[in-house]
Amino acid sequence: MNTILEVKNLTMDFGGLRALDHLDLNVVEGEITAIIGPNGAGKTTFFNCITGIYNPNEGEILSSPPGKKRKKINGLKPNHVTKKGIARTFQNIRLFSNMTVLENVMIGRHCRTSSGIIGAILRGRSTIKEEKDVVDFSYNILKKTGISHLVNEFAKNLPYGAQRRLEIARAIATEPFLLLLDEPAAGMNPRETRELDELITRLRDEDNISILMIEHDMKLVMSLSDRIFVVDYGRKIAQGTPCDIINNPIVIKAYLGEDFDA
Amino acid sequence: MEYFLELVLGGLTRGSIYALIALGYTMVYGIIELINFAHGEIYMIGAFTALIFTSVLTLLGFNEIAVIVLASLLAVIYSSAYGYTVEKIVYKPLRHAPRLSPLISAIGMSIFLQNYVLLAQTSDFLPFPNLIPEFEFIKPYRYIISSPEIVILITTSTVMILLTFLIKFTRIGKAMRATAQDMNMAMLVGVNVNRVISITFVIGSALAALGGVLIASHVGQINFYIGFIAGIKAFTAAVLGGIGSIPGAVLGALILGLTESFATGYVSSDYEDVFAFGLLVLILIFRPAGILGRVTTKKV
Amino acid sequence: MIKFQEIKKSFLVSLWFMFLTFPIMVIRVNPIEKIVEWRWKNMIIVGIGSFLLSFVWRYMLKKREAGEKRAETWESGKTSFMQRILEERRFYIPLVTGLTIIAVAFPFIFSMYQTSIMTTALMYIVLGLGLNIVVGLAGLLDLGYVAFYAVGAYSYALLNHHFGLGFWSALPIGAVLGFIFGILLGFPVLRLRGDYLAIVTLGFGEIIRLVLKNWNEFSFGPSGIANIDRPGFFGIQFSLQAATIYLYFLMIGLVIFTIIVVNRLQNSRIGRAWIALREDETACQAMGIDKTRTKLRAFALGATWAGMVGVIFAAKTTFINPASFTFLESAMILSIVVLGGMGSISGVIIGALILILLPEYLRAFSDYRVLIFGAIMVIMMVFRPQGIISNIRRTYKFNE
Repeated sequence: MNTILEVKNLTMDFGGLRALDHLDLNVVEGEITAIIGPNGAGKTTFFNCITGIYNPNEGEILSSPPGKKRKKINGLKPNHVTKKGIARTFQNIRLFSNMTVLENVMIGRHCRTSSGIIGAILRGRSTIKEEKDVVDFSYNILKKTGISHLVNEFAKNLPYGAQRRLEIARAIATEPFLLLLDEPAAGMNPRETRELDELITRLRDEDNISILMIEHDMKLVMSLSDRIFVVDYGRKIAQGTPCDIINNPIVIKAYLGEDFDA
Repeated sequence: MEYFLELVLGGLTRGSIYALIALGYTMVYGIIELINFAHGEIYMIGAFTALIFTSVLTLLGFNEIAVIVLASLLAVIYSSAYGYTVEKIVYKPLRHAPRLSPLISAIGMSIFLQNYVLLAQTSDFLPFPNLIPEFEFIKPYRYIISSPEIVILITTSTVMILLTFLIKFTRIGKAMRATAQDMNMAMLVGVNVNRVISITFVIGSALAALGGVLIASHVGQINFYIGFIAGIKAFTAAVLGGIGSIPGAVLGALILGLTESFATGYVSSDYEDVFAFGLLVLILIFRPAGILGRVTTKKV
Repeated sequence: MIKFQEIKKSFLVSLWFMFLTFPIMVIRVNPIEKIVEWRWKNMIIVGIGSFLLSFVWRYMLKKREAGEKRAETWESGKTSFMQRILEERRFYIPLVTGLTIIAVAFPFIFSMYQTSIMTTALMYIVLGLGLNIVVGLAGLLDLGYVAFYAVGAYSYALLNHHFGLGFWSALPIGAVLGFIFGILLGFPVLRLRGDYLAIVTLGFGEIIRLVLKNWNEFSFGPSGIANIDRPGFFGIQFSLQAATIYLYFLMIGLVIFTIIVVNRLQNSRIGRAWIALREDETACQAMGIDKTRTKLRAFALGATWAGMVGVIFAAKTTFINPASFTFLESAMILSIVVLGGMGSISGVIIGALILILLPEYLRAFSDYRVLIFGAIMVIMMVFRPQGIISNIRRTYKFNE
């Protein structure tokens, strides 16, 4: 059991408001970890701290990619975090809407390719090859995520479920070892949710990507996750396997409440 | 010591005029989050309107006081009308466009207005009559402060107090603050956002016109190009204080006025405008939120 | 049928503008001789003009709204006329051949004066394409573009004046200095939001001009630098006529080079990143794109081209002073890009030809030149932000 992400004592304040309060959390290699909690509990803020969009006021975020040394990543710029192998999707979909599906995924390849201005102008053999590789790689990802039939569509014209999938496709194009999913099933119908379940499992089993996700769909969380963290008011109030969580009175009281009383 | 005092008062005078123009930038920015690039031109048109009506009214045989009051009033009215029209042409049709669009169209409007005045009037510098009479009681202190400076300081502080009152306590002031906080929310609770934006432009333009009249009569000459430099300086003041913040604009303007006054008084006047630009670049690099502006964390 | 309502609306607009323009358009004072001139004729012109224009304005606004609605329901996929010309070989090849013949024959058919004007137009094409990298591709509004142009021009003028350096050695130096200045300015300011960037670059452009004007020991102040060498050819100096033709072909070459470069950049890894950055900066960063660095590349690249054309400008006019590098120049280049279409190569070329050649041949146009630049920016942004030739980006298509 290798821990690949260790968050210690993470605290984030906005003005007088404490969004995260000394939060501790670990992600284990090869596992699907879920974070649940009521709206406004600080879950997305937590993601934003890990991915470098916010710089936390206190605490440490340590990332240890498989086979590499452990490193502190808080305070890094978002693009550096991605380059270190932690990719994410956004709760409110943020695709490049006037670019095609293929181009959206190709952007994800940016940090794993290197041709620069001179290369673009001269367009030598290596640049052409790199471009071709990017296209092929991106297309394979689209196949894997099940949206390859939409390859030449503009992102803005995609149905909702496909947009969520494209967000995932774009993120895994950066070849992460850890993928953060922010409410991947939001707005999906039951069939789409089921397909998403399969996709996430496949990403873990076939591509060795560990998953940390925020999700409100309890059925999905319970069926997918190996481990669950419950967050409320920026604090961790419980952690454990789905079975532990479902029977934990604190959790029931604080969050699951009416839904699970019956 | 007297030279120092003279520089301080000169700087405060300058600064209080920058403040009048800077308020327009900061108020508009507070509401629509855009820099009104045509604002400097509104100020220039105010100065021109005042000059034109002063000459006409004098020739028509009005007495001195009537000329001052009427010309200033007309300048304020006309500038407000221009500000209103500029908003309707340049900003309103582009309210949902990408940010770059209103920016470019406002710059286009600024170039258009400059050349409109250049073509319809003249490219030469026109002498501007000194509207402000010499006060008797000021005579003994003349080497420190002049009558125009006193008038400018008193007028600007009165206007700023009135403005604060307007924004804090009136209905429209409340609507403006609500729109600045959250335009969509304000719309939902029944604020007529288009009207609020129009009124903001009108108030900002009126203040700029007042600044135009005061500075033109102080400096003694104007041409079609004065809005460009004044605009950038006032913008510097607004950013220095923290754009969107009304007390910030005033504070920033006074600091800029004093800086310029000392820099030209003790260093060199060749680079007068470079100081302002340099200051602007430095603030934007080191503290883009300004002195009184809050450093906000962008919500993602 | 135009409804009565519409007429009433236009009539009110016309009254409003007659009121608005009254002091500036009608009255002209001469404060020294105390004369007031009344020009009532102007008021009538404004009245009628604004009455008619308000119909056009409203019609165009309606058309725009209809277009927006159509774009929402109708998916893109319709190819424009221009795109067809550029993609189908049977249009494309005759077009290019025709243009080549005209371009080659031009200096031998027309007078030296015409050729010289054409060279100027070509210079603005390159400047437009350079600024297009910054504004059109990367979406950064640079209002101080002329500063880099000045850097190029002064670096050749000074190197030539002090050390007798020739044109061909100065050309790369001008380009490199443009690049360095681009990095120096860009690095601190590119973190800022778009509108701040616009005003800082505007300020920077003015600082450079003021320094050139006031620093006599360095730049010879307002009087400028004269007797700059025209470009030679391996040490051979040409007659005035030959030099004009030489410069013309040099510019043709540079235009072609620039088109190739911009075209390749557009369809590269960097070009993709610029487009994505214009769409969503936060998402871009989450995809591992270094925001500042990517913007800086566009900014510095644009500056490089301005530096290069600056050197050519100094060589063409043989005399430069700070008055050639005012904000007006930046505004003109920007209106070329805006008129032609941000991001569109063919658009920028046509925009430059219209805005540079028309004032030369139509006197009436030339008096109102700058006024029209301003109006173009407003009208294009409101009614046709994509420019006369909209840039239909070649998207990556995947074919199995």
